[in-house]
Amino acid sequence: MRIELRYFASLREAVGHAQESVQTQAATVGALRDELIARGGAHAEALARGRAVRTAFNQTLCDETQALSDGAEVAFFPPVTGG
Amino acid sequence: MSTPAVAASPRVVIQAADFDLSHEVAALRAGDRRVGAVCSFVGTVRDRNDGDAVSTLELEHYPGMTERAIEQMIDEAHRRFDIFAARVIHRIGLLQPLDQIVLVVVTSAHRGESFQACEFLMDYLKTQAPFWKKEQTPRGARWVDARVSDDAALARWGIRSGNAAPG
Repeated sequence: MRIELRYFASLREAVGHAQESVQTQAATVGALRDELIARGGAHAEALARGRAVRTAFNQTLCDETQALSDGAEVAFFPPVTGG
Repeated sequence: MSTPAVAASPRVVIQAADFDLSHEVAALRAGDRRVGAVCSFVGTVRDRNDGDAVSTLELEHYPGMTERAIEQMIDEAHRRFDIFAARVIHRIGLLQPLDQIVLVVVTSAHRGESFQACEFLMDYLKTQAPFWKKEQTPRGARWVDARVSDDAALARWGIRSGNAAPG
């Protein structure tokens, strides 16, 4: 399936782009994160386990057990600091 | 007979432009004779953070999700508190010390509900709305760290947040 990825703030800077489309067989947001880490390089560094990475599925905060679906938008970003 | 407090303006606005507190308060309670209390909060840019001088602050957000998240927070405020209307304005882009960042305005019949809803909305927004601050200091630019104290503030309302958790 196809997933639209979005990155924000320090993660966007670390991976070098704000969005990308990926083809994946990952079942969950967490499995997708692991796939991206497996690419190595900037993605592995930015999304590394142990780093504070927050996730959203179709523009709603989610945890990594969230199931994926074709055409979904998944975002990775650091803890939020608004207000 | 009271006029419904359905404001012509949206409940959530994300904008680069500044806002006028007096104008927003007047607009939110305009024509609503039920209102006996209006509470507002304005967040502004400090000139220091974590021990360093701050010369500018840049605010990034997640277009679409940010608006939706704050809409849901206002819905939750209506469920929890007996309020008539609420409005949130949050600025994005490049700001500097003294600038206004965020406005929350709430109306109700009595002050307690407005005070509570206003604080609830800010506590919620600080930990759950997708905004990120990058500050410029003499030591260079850096992304602002989330604070555990903000998660604790939201916990007072019975809502768990791990926004500032390390992993």
